[in-house]
Amino acid sequence: MTLLFGALILLVGSGMAALLLGRWPSVSKTVGVGGAVIGCLVGLVPAFQTLATSVARSWHAPWQVPYGELALGLDPLTAFFLVPIFGLGLLCALYGGRYLQHYRHRPFLHVSYTWFNLLVAAMAVVVAARNALLFLVAWEVMSLASFFLVTFEDERSDVREAGWTYLIATHLGTAFLLAFFALCGRYAGSLDFDRFRQMTTLPPAIAGALFSLGIIGFGTKAGFMPFHVWLPEAHPAAPSHVSALMSGVMIKMGIYGILRALTFLGPPPAWWGWLLVVIGLTSGILGVLFALAQHDLKRLLAYSSIENIGIIALGIGIGLLGRAMGHPLISFLGFGGALLHVLNHGLFKSLLFFGAGAVAQATGTREMEHLGGLLKRMPRTAIAFLVGCAAICGLPPFNGFISEWLIYSGSFRGILAFSGREGVASLAAILGLALIGGLAAACFAKVFGVVFLGSPRTDHASQAHEVGLAMTVPMGLLATACVVIGLWPAGALQLTLPAVAFLLGMGPEGLGQPWQEVQHALTLIGSIAVALIGVILLLALLRRKALARRQARESITWGCGYAFPTARMQYTASSFAQPLLLLFKGLLRTRFAEERPAGYFPSKARIASHTPDVAKEYGFRPIAMGVVRALDSLRWLQRGRVQWYLLYIVVTLVVLLIWKLGM
Amino acid sequence: MMRATDLVLVLAMLLNFLVLGSSRLSAGIRAVALQGASLSLLPLLLHDGGAPTIHLMALGLGMLGLKGMLFPWLLFRAIREASMRREMQPLIGFTASLVAGILAAAVAFRVSTRLPLPSAPVSSFLIPTALTTILVSFIVLVSRTKALTQVLGYLMLENGIFLFGLVFAREMPLLIELGILLDLFVGVFVMGIVVFHIHREFDHIDTVHLTTLKG
Repeated sequence: MTLLFGALILLVGSGMAALLLGRWPSVSKTVGVGGAVIGCLVGLVPAFQTLATSVARSWHAPWQVPYGELALGLDPLTAFFLVPIFGLGLLCALYGGRYLQHYRHRPFLHVSYTWFNLLVAAMAVVVAARNALLFLVAWEVMSLASFFLVTFEDERSDVREAGWTYLIATHLGTAFLLAFFALCGRYAGSLDFDRFRQMTTLPPAIAGALFSLGIIGFGTKAGFMPFHVWLPEAHPAAPSHVSALMSGVMIKMGIYGILRALTFLGPPPAWWGWLLVVIGLTSGILGVLFALAQHDLKRLLAYSSIENIGIIALGIGIGLLGRAMGHPLISFLGFGGALLHVLNHGLFKSLLFFGAGAVAQATGTREMEHLGGLLKRMPRTAIAFLVGCAAICGLPPFNGFISEWLIYSGSFRGILAFSGREGVASLAAILGLALIGGLAAACFAKVFGVVFLGSPRTDHASQAHEVGLAMTVPMGLLATACVVIGLWPAGALQLTLPAVAFLLGMGPEGLGQPWQEVQHALTLIGSIAVALIGVILLLALLRRKALARRQARESITWGCGYAFPTARMQYTASSFAQPLLLLFKGLLRTRFAEERPAGYFPSKARIASHTPDVAKEYGFRPIAMGVVRALDSLRWLQRGRVQWYLLYIVVTLVVLLIWKLGM
Repeated sequence: MMRATDLVLVLAMLLNFLVLGSSRLSAGIRAVALQGASLSLLPLLLHDGGAPTIHLMALGLGMLGLKGMLFPWLLFRAIREASMRREMQPLIGFTASLVAGILAAAVAFRVSTRLPLPSAPVSSFLIPTALTTILVSFIVLVSRTKALTQVLGYLMLENGIFLFGLVFAREMPLLIELGILLDLFVGVFVMGIVVFHIHREFDHIDTVHLTTLKG
């Protein structure tokens, strides 16, 4: 507990110091980044301690706010989420220090370090809070800090608009959370989480209402479809280390919230499980489809985050089904897979955002159609990015495969064990996961192929150069972590074991039986992965040996024997994705603006495609417009004269007085 | 003592109607100044028994100095510099505002009988006068357009609040009253400057024209 406080004080203190030292930019940067790194290192210690011992600790202090208490706690669920918060916070801080050097001539650069450190500290308080008010305060600090980080380049109107979208979305979510906690507080008689956990006699209808409120409120932060609208706007607008932290860690706070809420609401009925399966399938499939349709590298990654959140929701759904039907093994596989995917997605999505940031800084653009051939120009970034791409598609021997395998295997067992709706949900989960996996593979083949392979499409790409060590080292570390989890899956799953046991309301030894079964399979997977890498290395060695005596000639990609090949003959990102997108055009509603070639000797032709977000375009925009129109009809109240406003006040006061006195 | 208190309260009540009914700004300023000055006697009059303490004297003198002398002087200077004498276009006519004032007084007397109070007030006139002053000040604020009459309205509002405060504590805490006086002083000072500048920039000091910033 002391170390957790130390970490929080270091983070907040160094953030404030960076703010005050803004006059000396290099000092401010050192203090901001250094404080974040040391604070995160200190914070990782209690997280791993708690995971190792499964001993819950708590700390209470009075707080003047009504119903509020400064209550913090460390239990396995908190500790598990602290690992990505502090671990990825550390790497993002390191990367961000170097990344922001690109903007060193901007005024008020130091404020960015302050908000960053505050964001990390606020997320740590969110997962450690044991009082609803403290939780909401930390939640709000987290939202505001990330809002200010997103609007870093606030001189651009698109960034400002993205910031507003995010701010409105996050507050709508918080409104549902307020209702959620207020209702919990009414039934528990207190706003303490400990009391919430003792609500054993909730009527089923109330528990269902609470669950739905929690799903909407926390789902807005997590990015469940259709509450995801802020994600594809905010992530491209933010600086890359912020996108990495937000996508890798912050949206997982929504997942944490749902898991924490589940510990309050007592034994789950089966419909919670299949509701989450449905949400997971929607988010996963639509997320990856929209990702496939994007041209902007970071917007694509943002949609892919929605897809992965969908996979996590699927895992939780399977876990809930297992719990509701009384199958510990299935719920272990579901929850374990979901939690491991939280960690895994944090690792590879941060890695991909780091890579995207490196590409954007080296080339000055995020538009994929302008890139190409970066593998030769930025080899270290490219290799790390390739690992991230393979991992996010769920391919062995990387970490994404492990968590998806756990969810698959939970669903397969579900088909065998359940009947009726629950069985159908398990079957749908398997089919959906397979579809998601295939589309994700297509999507990331497109990303890597278009950005790093082939030859440069524009000068942006041809003049790129490798980025500095402070940016490539964090990428390398993340890529290594992806491989290590892929090769040693049992160890990674062991990390989630205490948290899963906590969610199922038992001690870690209670999961002994299912853990034995899974461990066996995972060890097998690990050894196959090692063998796979060995075979690949062997093949590479053979190839080298075979080529050693011959002369190999290098030529440009897609040369195809043309006399005058140009970079414009390559597949573009859009053309690569087009056949798949055609299948789903009813869902995606891509808009084309084209000028077809005409005549026998066509001189020019043009095509531009744009895929707006369906939920935003057909759901939120009409609603927002309706609200604006409704409020516009109240415009007559605003007279612009101080006399009118005073009259409103007088009338209100007199009416209240007379009404209150009962005359 | 009680007679004197009632006398002061009745005077304050009548001055409200003078402000409502007069079109000349100078008459309004004088009426508000007299109201403030007469109210500054109340803390001394309500003090029962013994010699008045130093802080009561300071409070009375401070109120007298600010509301009775400094504010009128500032406001007279403002109308002199802006060279204007009358409220030309009130949003509600003078007769109509007098009627509204009488209605306000009626409401105040009615309400005062129903108001639950911690202790019986020193005079049965106190609460009706306080409420009437507050309501009339709002009528002034709402119906008059010149920036200067707005200042008069706020001054009357403060007088009403001061009167109402006497119900709860015969000796208002010195610090609070001094704080309010200071706020008022700064407020009037700033308004004086604003009035002067609006006049210089726009050739009028009509707040009706301050609507260009409306969305």
